[in-house]
Amino acid sequence: MCGIVGIYLKNKKYNSQLGKFLTGMMNSMATRGPDSAGFAIYSSEKKKKYKYSVCSNTDQVKEISKKLSKQVKDIKVKSISDHLIIETAMKPKKFIEILKNHDELSLVGYGSCIEIFKQVGNPKDVVKNFSLEKFSGSHAIGHTRMATESAITTDGSHPYSTGEDECLVHNGSLSNHNNLRRSLQKKGIEIKSMNDTEVAAGYISNGLSDKKSLKETLLDGLKDLDGFYTFISGTKNGMAIVRDEIACKPAVVAETKDYVAIASEFQAMAHLPNVNSAKIFEPEPGKVYSWGK
Amino acid sequence: MNLNLKKESLRKVNETLQSIDRKSNKKIFKISNPDGNHAICAGLKDEIEVTIDGHTGYYCAGMNINANIIVNGNVGTGVAENMMSGTVHVKGNASQSAGATAHGGTLIIDGDTSSRCGISMKGIDIIVKGSVGHMSAFMAQSGNLVICGDAGDALGDSIYEANIFIKGKVKSLGADCEEKKMNKKDQNILRSLLKKASINESEIKNFKMYGSARKLYNFNIDNVSEY
Repeated sequence: MCGIVGIYLKNKKYNSQLGKFLTGMMNSMATRGPDSAGFAIYSSEKKKKYKYSVCSNTDQVKEISKKLSKQVKDIKVKSISDHLIIETAMKPKKFIEILKNHDELSLVGYGSCIEIFKQVGNPKDVVKNFSLEKFSGSHAIGHTRMATESAITTDGSHPYSTGEDECLVHNGSLSNHNNLRRSLQKKGIEIKSMNDTEVAAGYISNGLSDKKSLKETLLDGLKDLDGFYTFISGTKNGMAIVRDEIACKPAVVAETKDYVAIASEFQAMAHLPNVNSAKIFEPEPGKVYSWGK
Repeated sequence: MNLNLKKESLRKVNETLQSIDRKSNKKIFKISNPDGNHAICAGLKDEIEVTIDGHTGYYCAGMNINANIIVNGNVGTGVAENMMSGTVHVKGNASQSAGATAHGGTLIIDGDTSSRCGISMKGIDIIVKGSVGHMSAFMAQSGNLVICGDAGDALGDSIYEANIFIKGKVKSLGADCEEKKMNKKDQNILRSLLKKASINESEIKNFKMYGSARKLYNFNIDNVSEY
Protein backbone atom coordinates (compact mmCIF):
# COMPACT_ATOMS: atom_id res chain seq x y z
CA MET A 1 0.00 0.00 0.00
CA CYS A 2 2.17 2.97 1.25
CA GLY A 3 1.05 6.55 1.76
CA ILE A 4 2.55 9.53 0.00
CA VAL A 5 2.05 13.20 0.77
CA GLY A 6 3.37 16.51 -0.47
CA ILE A 7 2.68 20.16 0.21
CA TYR A 8 3.85 23.25 -1.62
CA LEU A 9 3.14 26.62 -0.01
CA LYS A 10 2.26 29.45 -2.37
CA ASN A 11 1.72 31.90 0.47
CA LYS A 12 4.78 32.54 2.63
CA LYS A 13 2.66 33.30 5.67
CA TYR A 14 2.28 29.54 6.16
CA ASN A 15 6.02 28.74 5.93
CA SER A 16 6.41 28.49 9.70
CA GLN A 17 3.58 25.93 9.81
CA LEU A 18 4.96 23.61 7.10
CA GLY A 19 6.10 20.99 9.59
CA LYS A 20 2.79 21.11 11.42
CA PHE A 21 0.85 20.57 8.19
CA LEU A 22 3.07 17.68 7.13
CA THR A 23 2.84 16.08 10.58
CA GLY A 24 -0.95 15.86 10.24
CA MET A 25 -0.63 14.48 6.74
CA MET A 26 1.89 11.80 7.75
CA ASN A 27 -0.07 10.83 10.88
CA SER A 28 -3.25 10.15 8.95
CA MET A 29 -1.33 8.12 6.36
CA ALA A 30 0.20 5.90 9.08
CA THR A 31 -2.53 3.34 8.40
CA ARG A 32 -1.32 2.98 4.79
CA GLY A 33 2.29 2.39 5.81
CA PRO A 34 3.13 1.39 9.39
CA ASP A 35 6.65 0.01 8.73
CA SER A 36 8.76 3.12 8.28
CA ALA A 37 8.44 6.77 7.40
CA GLY A 38 10.46 9.63 6.04
CA PHE A 39 10.17 13.18 4.86
CA ALA A 40 12.06 15.89 2.99
CA ILE A 41 11.80 19.55 3.92
CA TYR A 42 12.81 22.34 1.60
CA SER A 43 13.69 25.61 3.30
CA SER A 44 15.31 28.78 2.02
CA GLU A 45 18.49 28.33 0.04
CA LYS A 46 21.81 28.98 1.73
CA LYS A 47 24.13 30.43 -0.87
CA LYS A 48 27.47 28.64 -1.13
CA LYS A 49 26.52 26.33 1.74
CA TYR A 50 25.49 22.71 1.60
CA LYS A 51 23.41 20.76 4.05
CA TYR A 52 24.16 17.05 4.29
CA SER A 53 21.48 14.88 5.91
CA VAL A 54 23.23 11.93 7.48
CA CYS A 55 21.93 8.94 9.38
CA SER A 56 24.20 7.90 12.23
CA ASN A 57 24.33 4.55 14.02
CA THR A 58 26.03 6.01 17.10
CA ASP A 59 24.90 8.66 19.55
CA GLN A 60 28.37 10.07 20.05
CA VAL A 61 27.59 13.22 18.11
CA LYS A 62 30.30 15.28 19.77
CA GLU A 63 33.04 12.88 18.80
CA ILE A 64 31.79 12.66 15.24
CA SER A 65 31.67 16.45 15.00
CA LYS A 66 35.19 16.67 16.35
CA LYS A 67 36.49 14.09 13.89
CA LEU A 68 34.78 15.76 10.96
CA SER A 69 35.90 19.27 11.88
CA LYS A 70 39.48 18.07 11.66
CA GLN A 71 38.87 17.19 8.02
CA VAL A 72 36.44 19.96 7.08
CA LYS A 73 36.64 23.69 7.84
CA ASP A 74 33.58 25.72 8.95
CA ILE A 75 31.42 22.80 9.90
CA LYS A 76 28.14 23.04 11.79
CA VAL A 77 26.50 19.88 13.07
CA LYS A 78 22.88 19.72 14.22
CA SER A 79 21.65 16.48 15.74
CA ILE A 80 18.01 15.36 15.53
CA SER A 81 17.18 11.84 16.73
CA ASP A 82 19.51 9.49 14.81
CA HIS A 83 20.16 12.05 12.06
CA LEU A 84 22.76 14.76 11.71
CA ILE A 85 22.42 17.82 9.53
CA ILE A 86 25.94 18.84 8.63
CA GLU A 87 26.35 22.32 7.18
CA THR A 88 29.52 23.28 5.36
CA ALA A 89 30.75 25.10 2.27
CA MET A 90 32.58 22.00 1.11
CA LYS A 91 31.35 20.78 -2.27
CA PRO A 92 29.47 17.43 -2.44
CA LYS A 93 32.06 15.49 -4.40
CA LYS A 94 34.75 16.09 -1.79
CA PHE A 95 32.52 15.83 1.27
CA ILE A 96 30.87 12.57 0.18
CA GLU A 97 34.35 11.02 -0.19
CA ILE A 98 35.13 12.03 3.40
CA LEU A 99 31.83 10.58 4.63
CA LYS A 100 32.72 7.25 3.04
CA ASN A 101 35.52 6.89 5.58
CA HIS A 102 33.01 7.09 8.43
CA ASP A 103 31.34 3.70 8.70
CA GLU A 104 29.00 4.99 11.40
CA LEU A 105 27.47 7.57 9.02
CA SER A 106 25.38 7.10 5.90
CA LEU A 107 24.31 9.92 3.61
CA VAL A 108 20.56 10.31 3.19
CA GLY A 109 20.56 13.41 0.98
CA TYR A 110 22.19 16.78 0.42
CA GLY A 111 21.68 20.15 -1.18
CA SER A 112 21.45 23.85 -0.55
CA CYS A 113 17.92 23.70 0.87
CA ILE A 114 16.83 20.08 1.38
CA GLU A 115 16.87 18.19 4.68
CA ILE A 116 15.82 14.53 4.71
CA PHE A 117 14.91 12.32 7.65
CA LYS A 118 13.84 8.69 7.61
CA GLN A 119 13.50 5.95 10.16
CA VAL A 120 12.03 2.53 10.77
CA GLY A 121 8.88 2.46 12.91
CA ASN A 122 5.34 3.75 12.96
CA PRO A 123 5.10 7.12 11.15
CA LYS A 124 3.43 8.67 14.21
CA ASP A 125 6.54 7.87 16.28
CA VAL A 126 8.96 8.80 13.50
CA VAL A 127 7.55 12.33 13.06
CA LYS A 128 7.67 12.77 16.84
CA ASN A 129 11.29 11.57 17.04
CA PHE A 130 12.33 14.14 14.47
CA SER A 131 10.03 16.89 15.90
CA LEU A 132 8.64 17.45 12.41
CA GLU A 133 6.08 19.90 13.81
CA LYS A 134 8.81 22.48 14.44
CA PHE A 135 10.12 22.61 10.86
CA SER A 136 9.44 25.51 8.56
CA GLY A 137 10.04 25.84 4.84
CA SER A 138 8.47 26.29 1.42
CA HIS A 139 7.58 22.72 0.49
CA ALA A 140 7.80 19.21 1.86
CA ILE A 141 7.27 15.62 0.80
CA GLY A 142 6.58 12.60 2.98
CA HIS A 143 6.13 8.85 2.83
CA THR A 144 4.70 6.12 5.04
CA ARG A 145 5.88 2.68 3.98
CA MET A 146 4.27 -0.73 3.86
CA ALA A 147 7.29 -2.75 2.78
CA THR A 148 6.92 -5.05 -0.20
CA GLU A 149 10.00 -5.88 -2.23
CA SER A 150 12.88 -4.86 0.04
CA ALA A 151 13.71 -5.02 3.73
CA ILE A 152 12.34 -2.77 6.48
CA THR A 153 15.48 -0.73 7.06
CA THR A 154 16.35 2.97 6.92
CA ASP A 155 17.99 2.23 3.56
CA GLY A 156 14.69 0.82 2.34
CA SER A 157 12.72 3.89 3.48
CA HIS A 158 11.62 6.83 1.37
CA PRO A 159 12.23 9.62 0.33
CA TYR A 160 15.14 8.66 -1.91
CA SER A 161 17.60 11.30 -2.93
CA THR A 162 20.14 10.58 -5.66
CA GLY A 163 21.01 14.15 -6.62
CA GLU A 164 21.46 17.61 -5.15
CA ASP A 165 18.20 18.92 -3.65
CA GLU A 166 16.23 16.09 -5.27
CA CYS A 167 13.92 13.58 -3.68
CA LEU A 168 11.31 11.02 -4.63
CA VAL A 169 8.52 9.15 -2.86
CA HIS A 170 6.64 6.29 -4.46
CA ASN A 171 3.47 4.30 -3.95
CA GLY A 172 3.57 1.16 -6.06
CA SER A 173 6.33 -1.08 -7.36
CA LEU A 174 8.55 -1.29 -10.42
CA SER A 175 9.27 -4.48 -12.32
CA ASN A 176 12.25 -3.46 -14.48
CA HIS A 177 14.39 -1.85 -11.80
CA ASN A 178 17.24 -4.37 -11.94
CA ASN A 179 18.09 -3.68 -15.59
CA LEU A 180 17.58 0.03 -15.13
CA ARG A 181 19.81 0.04 -12.02
CA ARG A 182 22.67 -1.49 -14.00
CA SER A 183 22.36 0.96 -16.88
CA LEU A 184 22.13 3.97 -14.55
CA GLN A 185 25.11 2.78 -12.51
CA LYS A 186 27.12 2.56 -15.74
CA LYS A 187 26.30 6.21 -16.31
CA GLY A 188 27.75 7.03 -12.90
CA ILE A 189 24.53 7.45 -10.92
CA GLU A 190 25.07 6.13 -7.41
CA ILE A 191 22.32 3.75 -6.28
CA LYS A 192 23.01 2.20 -2.90
CA SER A 193 20.07 -0.10 -2.10
CA MET A 194 18.21 -2.89 -3.88
CA ASN A 195 15.03 -0.83 -3.66
CA ASP A 196 13.02 -0.10 -6.83
CA THR A 197 12.21 3.50 -5.88
CA GLU A 198 15.86 4.44 -5.53
CA VAL A 199 16.28 3.37 -9.17
CA ALA A 200 13.43 5.68 -10.20
CA ALA A 201 15.10 8.48 -8.21
CA GLY A 202 18.34 7.74 -10.05
CA TYR A 203 16.46 7.80 -13.35
CA ILE A 204 15.16 11.29 -12.52
CA SER A 205 18.63 12.49 -11.43
CA ASN A 206 20.01 11.23 -14.72
CA GLY A 207 17.34 13.10 -16.69
CA LEU A 208 17.90 16.31 -14.76
CA SER A 209 21.67 16.08 -15.19
CA ASP A 210 21.02 15.78 -18.96
CA LYS A 211 19.47 19.27 -18.64
CA LYS A 212 15.94 17.99 -19.07
CA SER A 213 13.19 19.54 -16.97
CA LEU A 214 11.53 17.54 -14.19
CA LYS A 215 8.36 17.40 -16.27
CA GLU A 216 10.18 16.07 -19.35
CA THR A 217 12.03 13.50 -17.25
CA LEU A 218 8.82 12.22 -15.65
CA LEU A 219 7.14 12.01 -19.06
CA ASP A 220 10.10 9.96 -20.37
CA GLY A 221 9.72 7.79 -17.28
CA LEU A 222 6.24 6.77 -18.42
CA LYS A 223 7.96 4.90 -21.28
CA ASP A 224 11.00 3.61 -19.39
CA LEU A 225 9.68 2.72 -15.94
CA ASP A 226 7.64 -0.47 -16.02
CA GLY A 227 5.32 -1.13 -13.12
CA PHE A 228 2.67 0.73 -11.22
CA TYR A 229 3.28 3.96 -9.44
CA THR A 230 2.25 7.30 -8.16
CA PHE A 231 5.40 9.41 -7.75
CA ILE A 232 5.85 12.71 -5.97
CA SER A 233 9.16 14.25 -6.87
CA GLY A 234 10.72 17.29 -5.21
CA THR A 235 13.38 19.72 -6.36
CA LYS A 236 14.49 22.96 -4.80
CA ASN A 237 12.03 24.82 -7.03
CA GLY A 238 8.92 22.80 -6.30
CA MET A 239 7.26 19.44 -6.69
CA ALA A 240 5.56 17.28 -9.31
CA ILE A 241 3.26 14.26 -9.38
CA VAL A 242 2.79 11.58 -12.01
CA ARG A 243 0.69 8.39 -12.09
CA ASP A 244 1.25 5.48 -14.48
CA GLU A 245 -1.24 4.92 -17.30
CA ILE A 246 -3.23 2.26 -15.42
CA ALA A 247 -3.45 4.51 -12.35
CA CYS A 248 -4.32 1.90 -9.74
CA LYS A 249 -2.31 3.75 -7.09
CA PRO A 250 -4.37 6.60 -5.67
CA ALA A 251 -3.69 10.31 -5.46
CA VAL A 252 -5.73 13.38 -4.76
CA VAL A 253 -4.75 17.03 -5.09
CA ALA A 254 -6.20 20.01 -3.21
CA GLU A 255 -5.27 23.45 -4.43
CA THR A 256 -6.11 26.78 -2.82
CA LYS A 257 -4.64 30.23 -3.38
CA ASP A 258 -2.27 29.53 -0.48
CA TYR A 259 -1.02 25.99 -1.10
CA VAL A 260 -1.10 22.80 -3.14
CA ALA A 261 -1.41 19.54 -1.22
CA ILE A 262 -1.09 16.02 -2.61
CA ALA A 263 -1.92 12.82 -0.76
CA SER A 264 -2.87 9.20 -1.30
CA GLU A 265 -6.20 9.87 0.36
CA PHE A 266 -8.23 12.98 1.11
CA GLN A 267 -8.23 12.29 4.85
CA ALA A 268 -4.54 13.27 4.92
CA MET A 269 -5.45 16.86 4.11
CA ALA A 270 -8.71 17.25 5.99
CA HIS A 271 -6.86 19.32 8.64
CA LEU A 272 -5.39 21.87 6.21
CA PRO A 273 -6.75 25.44 6.29
CA ASN A 274 -9.82 26.06 4.09
CA VAL A 275 -9.46 22.66 2.43
CA ASN A 276 -13.21 22.28 2.02
CA SER A 277 -13.26 25.21 -0.38
CA ALA A 278 -10.12 24.01 -2.23
CA LYS A 279 -10.12 22.84 -5.83
CA ILE A 280 -9.93 19.09 -5.32
CA PHE A 281 -9.13 16.72 -8.17
CA GLU A 282 -7.61 13.38 -8.96
CA PRO A 283 -4.51 13.54 -11.20
CA GLU A 284 -5.19 11.87 -14.55
CA PRO A 285 -3.14 8.83 -15.54
CA GLY A 286 -0.01 9.42 -17.59
CA LYS A 287 -0.04 13.18 -17.00
CA VAL A 288 2.56 15.23 -15.13
CA TYR A 289 1.40 17.98 -12.80
CA SER A 290 3.96 20.34 -11.33
CA TRP A 291 4.04 23.38 -9.08
CA GLY A 292 6.93 25.61 -8.28
CA LYS A 293 8.72 28.91 -8.25
CA MET B 1 -30.59 13.92 13.96
CA ASN B 2 -27.08 15.29 13.70
CA LEU B 3 -24.07 13.01 13.85
CA ASN B 4 -20.72 14.72 14.23
CA LEU B 5 -17.70 12.63 13.23
CA LYS B 6 -15.41 14.97 15.16
CA LYS B 7 -17.23 14.04 18.36
CA GLU B 8 -18.37 10.48 17.72
CA SER B 9 -16.41 7.55 16.32
CA LEU B 10 -17.10 6.33 12.80
CA ARG B 11 -18.07 2.94 14.18
CA LYS B 12 -20.63 4.51 16.53
CA VAL B 13 -22.12 6.66 13.74
CA ASN B 14 -22.41 3.71 11.37
CA GLU B 15 -23.90 1.53 14.12
CA THR B 16 -26.54 4.18 14.82
CA LEU B 17 -27.50 4.28 11.16
CA GLN B 18 -27.40 0.50 10.75
CA SER B 19 -29.73 -0.21 13.67
CA ILE B 20 -32.67 2.08 13.09
CA ASP B 21 -35.74 1.54 15.24
CA ARG B 22 -38.29 0.92 12.50
CA LYS B 23 -41.18 2.12 14.72
CA SER B 24 -39.49 5.49 15.25
CA ASN B 25 -40.14 8.53 13.12
CA LYS B 26 -36.49 9.46 13.01
CA LYS B 27 -35.78 9.08 9.33
CA ILE B 28 -33.58 12.06 8.52
CA PHE B 29 -29.92 12.22 9.53
CA LYS B 30 -27.03 14.52 8.93
CA ILE B 31 -23.32 13.68 9.21
CA SER B 32 -20.86 16.53 9.70
CA ASN B 33 -17.04 16.54 9.53
CA PRO B 34 -16.62 13.39 7.43
CA ASP B 35 -12.99 14.52 6.79
CA GLY B 36 -12.29 11.81 4.22
CA ASN B 37 -13.06 8.90 6.54
CA HIS B 38 -13.61 5.51 4.91
CA ALA B 39 -16.80 3.41 4.86
CA ILE B 40 -19.13 6.18 6.02
CA CYS B 41 -22.76 4.95 5.72
CA ALA B 42 -21.65 1.47 4.69
CA GLY B 43 -24.17 -1.31 5.17
CA LEU B 44 -27.32 0.76 5.74
CA LYS B 45 -30.53 -1.18 5.21
CA ASP B 46 -33.48 1.03 6.10
CA GLU B 47 -35.47 3.68 4.29
CA ILE B 48 -33.75 6.67 5.82
CA GLU B 49 -32.23 9.82 4.39
CA VAL B 50 -28.64 10.67 5.30
CA THR B 51 -26.86 13.84 4.20
CA ILE B 52 -23.08 13.89 4.52
CA ASP B 53 -21.68 17.41 4.65
CA GLY B 54 -18.14 17.25 3.25
CA HIS B 55 -15.72 14.93 1.49
CA THR B 56 -15.62 11.20 2.21
CA GLY B 57 -12.99 8.47 1.77
CA TYR B 58 -13.32 4.96 0.34
CA TYR B 59 -16.47 2.80 0.07
CA CYS B 60 -18.94 5.49 1.11
CA ALA B 61 -22.49 4.05 1.11
CA GLY B 62 -21.16 0.60 0.23
CA MET B 63 -23.63 -2.31 0.25
CA ASN B 64 -26.51 0.13 0.64
CA ILE B 65 -30.07 -1.21 0.85
CA ASN B 66 -33.04 1.19 0.75
CA ALA B 67 -31.32 4.27 2.17
CA ASN B 68 -31.14 7.60 0.36
CA ILE B 69 -27.67 9.05 0.86
CA ILE B 70 -26.58 12.50 -0.28
CA VAL B 71 -22.94 13.63 -0.22
CA ASN B 72 -22.30 17.36 -0.30
CA GLY B 73 -18.71 16.86 -1.43
CA ASN B 74 -16.36 14.45 -3.20
CA VAL B 75 -16.16 10.72 -2.58
CA GLY B 76 -13.16 8.37 -2.68
CA THR B 77 -12.77 4.94 -4.29
CA GLY B 78 -15.77 2.62 -4.53
CA VAL B 79 -18.74 4.82 -3.64
CA ALA B 80 -21.93 2.70 -3.44
CA GLU B 81 -19.93 -0.43 -4.22
CA ASN B 82 -22.15 -3.50 -4.12
CA MET B 83 -25.27 -1.39 -3.54
CA MET B 84 -28.49 -3.45 -3.67
CA SER B 85 -31.15 -0.71 -3.69
CA GLY B 86 -31.74 2.90 -2.62
CA THR B 87 -30.17 6.08 -3.94
CA VAL B 88 -26.76 7.67 -3.56
CA HIS B 89 -26.31 11.21 -4.82
CA VAL B 90 -22.80 12.71 -4.90
CA LYS B 91 -22.77 16.47 -5.42
CA GLY B 92 -19.03 16.59 -6.18
CA ASN B 93 -16.61 14.24 -7.98
CA ALA B 94 -16.07 10.54 -7.41
CA SER B 95 -12.80 8.62 -7.47
CA GLN B 96 -12.35 5.27 -9.16
CA SER B 97 -14.67 2.24 -9.17
CA ALA B 98 -17.86 4.19 -8.46
CA GLY B 99 -20.82 1.80 -8.20
CA ALA B 100 -18.56 -1.24 -8.58
CA THR B 101 -20.34 -4.62 -8.65
CA ALA B 102 -23.61 -3.01 -7.51
CA HIS B 103 -26.78 -5.04 -8.02
CA GLY B 104 -29.41 -2.30 -7.87
CA GLY B 105 -30.37 1.19 -6.79
CA THR B 106 -29.41 4.51 -8.35
CA LEU B 107 -26.09 6.34 -8.14
CA ILE B 108 -26.06 9.95 -9.32
CA ILE B 109 -22.77 11.84 -9.58
CA ASP B 110 -22.97 15.55 -10.38
CA GLY B 111 -19.26 15.87 -11.19
CA ASP B 112 -16.76 13.52 -12.85
CA THR B 113 -15.61 10.06 -11.89
CA SER B 114 -12.12 8.71 -12.46
CA SER B 115 -11.35 5.26 -13.85
CA ARG B 116 -13.42 2.05 -13.71
CA CYS B 117 -16.81 3.64 -13.07
CA GLY B 118 -19.42 0.86 -12.97
CA ILE B 119 -16.84 -1.94 -13.10
CA SER B 120 -18.64 -5.30 -13.01
CA MET B 121 -21.99 -3.58 -12.39
CA LYS B 122 -24.81 -6.07 -11.97
CA GLY B 123 -28.01 -4.08 -12.22
CA ILE B 124 -27.37 -0.61 -10.79
CA ASP B 125 -28.28 2.57 -12.67
CA ILE B 126 -25.41 5.08 -12.66
CA ILE B 127 -25.86 8.62 -13.95
CA VAL B 128 -22.70 10.73 -14.24
CA LYS B 129 -23.30 14.36 -15.15
CA GLY B 130 -19.61 14.89 -15.92
CA SER B 131 -17.05 12.59 -17.54
CA VAL B 132 -15.72 9.14 -16.63
CA GLY B 133 -12.13 7.84 -16.69
CA HIS B 134 -10.61 4.82 -18.42
CA MET B 135 -11.96 1.24 -18.24
CA SER B 136 -15.45 2.35 -17.23
CA ALA B 137 -18.19 -0.33 -17.35
CA PHE B 138 -15.46 -3.00 -17.51
CA MET B 139 -17.20 -6.41 -17.53
CA ALA B 140 -20.50 -4.67 -16.80
CA GLN B 141 -23.16 -7.36 -16.59
CA SER B 142 -26.50 -5.61 -16.18
CA GLY B 143 -27.91 -2.16 -15.48
CA ASN B 144 -27.36 1.23 -17.12
CA LEU B 145 -24.48 3.69 -17.15
CA VAL B 146 -25.42 7.18 -18.33
CA ILE B 147 -22.51 9.55 -19.05
CA CYS B 148 -23.31 13.18 -19.88
CA GLY B 149 -19.66 14.10 -20.53
CA ASP B 150 -16.86 12.10 -22.16
CA ALA B 151 -15.41 8.65 -21.51
CA GLY B 152 -11.73 7.67 -21.24
CA ASP B 153 -9.98 4.73 -22.89
CA ALA B 154 -11.47 1.24 -23.24
CA LEU B 155 -15.09 2.04 -22.46
CA GLY B 156 -17.17 -1.09 -21.88
CA ASP B 157 -14.30 -3.57 -22.22
CA SER B 158 -15.64 -7.16 -22.11
CA ILE B 159 -19.14 -5.87 -21.43
CA TYR B 160 -22.07 -8.29 -21.00
CA GLU B 161 -25.69 -7.09 -21.03
CA ALA B 162 -25.41 -3.62 -19.48
CA ASN B 163 -26.26 -0.49 -21.49
CA ILE B 164 -24.01 2.54 -21.79
CA PHE B 165 -25.59 5.85 -22.81
CA ILE B 166 -23.14 8.64 -23.56
CA LYS B 167 -23.50 12.20 -24.75
CA GLY B 168 -19.86 13.24 -25.14
CA LYS B 169 -16.84 11.72 -26.84
CA VAL B 170 -15.53 8.20 -26.32
CA LYS B 171 -11.73 8.14 -26.31
CA SER B 172 -11.71 4.46 -27.27
CA LEU B 173 -13.95 1.42 -26.95
CA GLY B 174 -12.84 -1.71 -25.11
CA ALA B 175 -12.92 -5.23 -26.54
CA ASP B 176 -16.36 -6.43 -27.64
CA CYS B 177 -18.10 -3.09 -27.03
CA GLU B 178 -19.97 -1.52 -29.96
CA GLU B 179 -22.47 1.19 -30.72
CA LYS B 180 -26.08 0.02 -30.72
CA LYS B 181 -29.17 1.47 -32.32
CA MET B 182 -31.45 2.95 -29.68
CA ASN B 183 -35.04 1.69 -29.92
CA LYS B 184 -38.16 2.99 -28.16
CA LYS B 185 -37.55 0.79 -25.14
CA ASP B 186 -33.99 2.02 -24.75
CA GLN B 187 -35.16 5.62 -25.13
CA ASN B 188 -37.69 5.08 -22.37
CA ILE B 189 -35.00 3.67 -20.08
CA LEU B 190 -32.79 6.69 -20.79
CA ARG B 191 -35.71 9.10 -20.34
CA SER B 192 -36.54 7.76 -16.90
CA LEU B 193 -32.88 7.87 -15.84
CA LEU B 194 -32.45 11.48 -17.00
CA LYS B 195 -35.60 12.35 -15.11
CA LYS B 196 -34.23 10.78 -11.94
CA ALA B 197 -31.16 13.01 -12.22
CA SER B 198 -33.22 16.11 -13.10
CA ILE B 199 -31.73 16.34 -16.60
CA ASN B 200 -33.87 17.70 -19.41
CA GLU B 201 -35.50 14.85 -21.38
CA SER B 202 -34.95 16.62 -24.66
CA GLU B 203 -31.28 15.68 -24.29
CA ILE B 204 -32.12 12.09 -25.30
CA LYS B 205 -31.44 12.81 -28.96
CA ASN B 206 -27.82 13.78 -28.14
CA PHE B 207 -26.99 10.41 -26.59
CA LYS B 208 -25.51 7.35 -28.23
CA MET B 209 -25.89 3.83 -26.87
CA TYR B 210 -23.19 1.18 -26.52
CA GLY B 211 -23.42 -2.47 -25.55
CA SER B 212 -21.94 -5.89 -26.09
CA ALA B 213 -21.13 -7.16 -29.60
CA ARG B 214 -21.47 -10.62 -27.93
CA LYS B 215 -18.42 -11.91 -29.80
CA LEU B 216 -16.65 -13.00 -26.63
CA TYR B 217 -19.57 -15.06 -25.36
CA ASN B 218 -18.51 -18.16 -27.25
CA PHE B 219 -15.17 -19.43 -28.40
CA ASN B 220 -14.45 -18.47 -31.98
CA ILE B 221 -13.19 -21.57 -33.78
CA ASP B 222 -11.15 -19.38 -36.17
CA ASN B 223 -8.84 -18.65 -33.24
CA VAL B 224 -8.07 -22.29 -32.55
CA SER B 225 -4.61 -21.99 -34.10
CA GLU B 226 -3.69 -19.44 -31.41
CA TYR B 227 -3.62 -22.17 -28.78
